Amino acid sequence: MMMDALGDVLWAFLPYITIAVFILGHVYKYATDQYGWSSKSSEILDRRWLGVGSQLFHWGLLIVFLGHIIGLLVPPSITLAMGITDEEYHRIAIILGGASGLAAYVGVWILLLRRSLINRVRATSDASDFLVLALLVVVMSLGLYNTLYYDIFIHPFDYRTTIGAWVMSVLTLHANPNYMTNVPISFQLHIVSTYALFLVWPFTRLVHMWSYPIFYLKRAWILYRGQETSEVVANA
Amino acid sequence: MKVLANVSMVINLDKCVGCNACSITCKNTWTNRPGVEYAWFNNVETRPGIGYPKKWEDQVKYKGGWVLDHGKLKLRIDGKISRLFRIFYNPYLPELDDYYEPWTYDYAKLIEDESGKQPVAEPKSLLDGRRIDLNWGPNWNDDLAGSPEVASMDPNLEKEIKLEFERTFMFYLPRICNHCLNPSCVAACPSGAIYKRMEDGIVLIDQERCRGWRFCVSACPYKKIYFNWRTYKSEKCTFCYPRIENGLPTVCSETCVGRIRYIGILLYDADSVLRAASVPDQKRLVESQLSIIMDPNDPEVIKSAKENSIADDWLDAAKKSPVYKFLVKWKIAFPLHPEYRTLPMVFYIPPLSPVLKLFNGVDEGNLSPEDVFPKIDNLRIPIKYLANMFTAGNEELIRDALKRLMAIRIYMRSLELGSPNKDALKEVGLTENDALEMYKLLSIAKYEDRFVIPKSHKENAMNAYVERGMCGYDEFKDAVPELKRFSKMSLRIKDKNTKNYQLQQKEGVEFKD
Repeated sequence: MMMDALGDVLWAFLPYITIAVFILGHVYKYATDQYGWSSKSSEILDRRWLGVGSQLFHWGLLIVFLGHIIGLLVPPSITLAMGITDEEYHRIAIILGGASGLAAYVGVWILLLRRSLINRVRATSDASDFLVLALLVVVMSLGLYNTLYYDIFIHPFDYRTTIGAWVMSVLTLHANPNYMTNVPISFQLHIVSTYALFLVWPFTRLVHMWSYPIFYLKRAWILYRGQETSEVVANA
Repeated sequence: MKVLANVSMVINLDKCVGCNACSITCKNTWTNRPGVEYAWFNNVETRPGIGYPKKWEDQVKYKGGWVLDHGKLKLRIDGKISRLFRIFYNPYLPELDDYYEPWTYDYAKLIEDESGKQPVAEPKSLLDGRRIDLNWGPNWNDDLAGSPEVASMDPNLEKEIKLEFERTFMFYLPRICNHCLNPSCVAACPSGAIYKRMEDGIVLIDQERCRGWRFCVSACPYKKIYFNWRTYKSEKCTFCYPRIENGLPTVCSETCVGRIRYIGILLYDADSVLRAASVPDQKRLVESQLSIIMDPNDPEVIKSAKENSIADDWLDAAKKSPVYKFLVKWKIAFPLHPEYRTLPMVFYIPPLSPVLKLFNGVDEGNLSPEDVFPKIDNLRIPIKYLANMFTAGNEELIRDALKRLMAIRIYMRSLELGSPNKDALKEVGLTENDALEMYKLLSIAKYEDRFVIPKSHKENAMNAYVERGMCGYDEFKDAVPELKRFSKMSLRIKDKNTKNYQLQQKEGVEFKD
């Protein structure tokens, strides 16, 4: 009974709390604090380590993120229909996910060490900058442990029919904690620590992810604004 | 033709004494805050020298401005797609050490020291509080200090311009944001936070839209955008727009003890900006920029200006603009580094050099123009150096301007001596009236002649009556029906809804005569 109650909280209650805080937090932040919405770059204070750390981290994480989307939201039946067997899928996931995950992991450690050890950067950081990096280290450590150690050396774990199914059940508002009962503890911890990341997300520098400027591609080069019309005029 | 107005400045280098009153008053007004200690919206450099930040003119390093690529203008930091790929790390960003690490002094030590020895207030970093050694600052090579090590790194110096002691020269170069007609910072900003104001041409950064991607810092060839390390947003010279809107000069101009700054309106053809910036021969960039500065007395221009809701008092101001006179009528003012192709709207009157060497032992009163003008090339400051800086290498323009400045001196001196000598004026194509007017504007430089600034027509944009007492209470504006139209929130929505109006979108525009 005790375990059931904990399971309900972890896999049916907390996910919705997290999603609610994530969405409402962003709305609140966007509406009230545009001035605080920034990538919070410290490149001007130190460029050398940022160049290595930031690029490894961001590009690595981008691929890891896409991998998660496919792994959790695309049911195995679809990839099977595309002619990819489960074994093949698993191998690709481990190689590609493992490699990009490792790159991002090295990157996040460079960023954390840089922030801690370079005087200028440390002195101009606030608690949220360290919190975000620490949470990322925890989440990514667990994720890499699952991918590169548990899956390879202990036992290949089929997360698509368990965790994937659970994510789908949460997103379709029919959260089913039963999918999670036999999931190894290290996978469970990976997910729970991710809750923490998503909970602080709207209130930290992580909001800059939404500002990736894809609309820049369409935009005119020169922008004018008029006081009466607030018209955006383009030149060339 | 789409005529718009741009508030512009002329800086008379001939009279700059390098006192930095402009820099200090600007700093006290705008950047006296943590995060922008190192930001000097106005700074004064000694030339030759590497300027501030270090070697800002080195565009191989910083990738500022535009370049012509097969007749087409493109940003030196590359196109839009590359921006999306470099967004996690901008390799062309200056580092803080290219400026300097801001510091203060440990003043408490002066009164608390109990060692019995002479106490010293040690410098400490404003970033992390640790004691630092000072080895660079905002005006480190003031008055050629550190030369030739420092001055010889100046990109404008060429081999033939020697720095030998007996030929040493220097002059001061005050710099603010140029509020360009073709601003590369605006083009490089991925967030669309930087914009040019339609009414007065002032280029501003929307602090609420800036996301701290930092490409503006690289793209501005003048390095006049500074990244605030505390708010993580870019900031720049605002041309003191709250003062300009009220008809007052910028703080740097107001407090200039030499009265060397002039502010006035220029009308320009917004439809031709791209064409003017794309002329293939960089030596013709000054000329092409002048070609899109419109004559405020031309009926066609006035008609088009009115169509773009430029008010009558602004047109009057444009006719009286001292900037227009220096730039177009007398052709003695030039943009800084036109070869960056941003069409900067702050202009410089090049400095004459000491006349002692030139006229050594010769009675100046009996000089004829023929004696003076051939020697313009022997002035202490090499024409070539000035041309590299102000005309993209076009020495003829600088030579003509210096001749004109010299001609007024010859004429005014002869006038004082009771026998007007018009020969010099004739040779440079100026009338006596021109000379007297130039003398009045350059030498007497009365406040009301230097600054011809029409007030902005805020009555068209806001309801000042209802807005009384609302300053700082933006969030309540949505509650007042009369104000709703002007509140930030509704402006933002409107901003999104307005269609992008393409002024000019032709491929491969070429400049033709």
